[in-house]
Amino acid sequence: MSDFFAQPSVWLVSIIKVIVVMALMMTALAYLSWFERKVVAHIQSRWGPYRVGPHGLLQPLADGLKFLFKEDPTPGGVDKLVYFLAPFLAMSLALCSIAVIPFGPSPLLQVANVNIGLLIILAITSLGVYGVALGGWASNSKYPLLGGLRSSAQMVSYELSMTMSVVGVVLMAGTFNLREIITQQQGYWLGFIPRWNLLAPPFPQVLGFFVYFVSAIAETNRVPFDLPEAETELVAGFHTEYASFKFAMFFMAEYANMITVSCLATLLFFGGWLSPLPTTGVMAWTLYIPAAALAACAVILFIDGLRYSTKFGRIVLPILSLALAGLAAVCALDGVVQIIQGPFWFLSKVFLFLFFYVWLRGTLPRFRYDQLMSFGWKLLLPLSIANVVLTSGFVLASMSK
Amino acid sequence: MPSAQIIVFFILAAVAVLGAVSLIVQRHPIRSALSLIVVMVSLAGLYLLQGAELVAAIQIIVYAGAIMVLFVFVIMLLNAGEEERTNVSRIARYAGLPLGFFLLLQLAWWVGRGTQGMATVAGQSPAMTRNLSRLLFTDFLLPFELTSILILVAILGAVVLAKREN
Amino acid sequence: MPSSYYLVLSAVLFGLGVVAFVFKRNIITIFMSIELMLNAVNLAFVTFSRHLGNLNGQVFVFFVIVVAAAEAAVGLAIIILIAKHRQSLNVERVDLLKL
Repeated sequence: MSDFFAQPSVWLVSIIKVIVVMALMMTALAYLSWFERKVVAHIQSRWGPYRVGPHGLLQPLADGLKFLFKEDPTPGGVDKLVYFLAPFLAMSLALCSIAVIPFGPSPLLQVANVNIGLLIILAITSLGVYGVALGGWASNSKYPLLGGLRSSAQMVSYELSMTMSVVGVVLMAGTFNLREIITQQQGYWLGFIPRWNLLAPPFPQVLGFFVYFVSAIAETNRVPFDLPEAETELVAGFHTEYASFKFAMFFMAEYANMITVSCLATLLFFGGWLSPLPTTGVMAWTLYIPAAALAACAVILFIDGLRYSTKFGRIVLPILSLALAGLAAVCALDGVVQIIQGPFWFLSKVFLFLFFYVWLRGTLPRFRYDQLMSFGWKLLLPLSIANVVLTSGFVLASMSK
Repeated sequence: MPSAQIIVFFILAAVAVLGAVSLIVQRHPIRSALSLIVVMVSLAGLYLLQGAELVAAIQIIVYAGAIMVLFVFVIMLLNAGEEERTNVSRIARYAGLPLGFFLLLQLAWWVGRGTQGMATVAGQSPAMTRNLSRLLFTDFLLPFELTSILILVAILGAVVLAKREN
Repeated sequence: MPSSYYLVLSAVLFGLGVVAFVFKRNIITIFMSIELMLNAVNLAFVTFSRHLGNLNGQVFVFFVIVVAAAEAAVGLAIIILIAKHRQSLNVERVDLLKL
């Protein structure tokens, strides 16, 4: 450890990485809320935010300003230390797990490459229960207390099946290091099927992925498992008595948890930054998919911007589309093409998972609390244990050949 | 300039001791529980400092993330209030604390003196998780199985105790 | 990084756990002081494991954590029953063997 502090190049680069990741993360959180509102609105045949800035793109900014300037009352009789600690704890723990997630093959794209990266994310998730439990208790009121207890009991129950479902991946990879888990998913079997843990020999982790993703949705308190904080039940659950900035912290903590869980699902089951298509030989054109995708987005945005209803939109949207086109051109340059592959595939897979999350929110009704608990304990936990047993059997059989 | 390890050790040790003192001093049990969580997390940091990665992760996942959650639930369910103040005798308060602190310093000094010959050993190999789990399933297989039976008995006991009030 | 520093810290934490055990009157806080003592012992185990270059100490830490978990579960169930019966969490009121 002494050599970490002795070389300024190491700790300076680390500080810069942390600042960049934090800034990107906060922007992503803000625009994830915009994305969710738009997609849920379109599922419900309405438009969602579209007045604040073109296509409602400045809505997160407006929401942020509202959260900053709204009155922040503290209810009487609360335990002040715990009341102020709970949202802060929830948000800081939710933001911590991004530190060990690798966004690409280069060491510059991961803040901390730890040998037990997967265990650290699980540890931070298990500490995240405190934000909810303490928030519910500190509000000195019946509904938040019940909501907080229910919510934290749900999180603790689904944490078990989430951890067990990940054991199958660890058995196949033989390590907890996230970077090595991804590099072991390289290559193809049967010629064209990528060797992602979802589909890989010796035992495709389909069951593991199913259990993991459902447990993750329950762990992050999202629909269909969001009974403890739904608007029609228990007022608003554990964050009833929290206003403006502290509520914003709980809100951002929930989105940050969603992002973390989607990143983890991508890394463990879907090959992380690996492309699904081979990039050598006759398929070398797949290297230009990022540039092509960005260029297509730029063209669509340009055409839409020219026909937008307000004058402000007619100016801003084409400028944005030109910026995207410039980015697409940069991605097609020779030096950048190789570097951009990893982050592009990783981010698009995470984006697909987040879209799936939001899609579920717009579509499914929610579970009742007893159905929720029996689903977790009586179905998911035995399934994940069965996954561990089957995976270890197949791994042992393939090792002894 | 002392090495970075010693600085980190002293920070974590100070946090742990402050957490333990806060456990004693706080009157409300939920604040004592929070102080104990702080102690456990700083101890996990100390385990990491010594190179015991798996133990640090297990400490946070199981101890700070499950057992202490159980404690916090019980405190919230039983609605435990603050403790009442008692009449501590004045001698105990004004002479007890300094004397106790002096005793603590003495003990620390003699423990430090007695173990001064212990030099550090080179760090463990990076495959520690693998070696640890191999030990757990070969040399320590019997205690491992016994602890699983112990957990089963504890689960049954807790379920029986919880049902009895019906 | 001499091991004696860790051992002194472990002794200090254990001592503070004993102080909490003796002086607090809430059952749950006394229970938490037991967990503090177990943690101090775990620190000593890991320190000795590193000093002797042997992984047995860390294996024993596993078992201590497991036993602490089992003890916490059953102990808290008993505490809930006592508290519901006696309406108080004060240890001085639970001084009869008869519930």
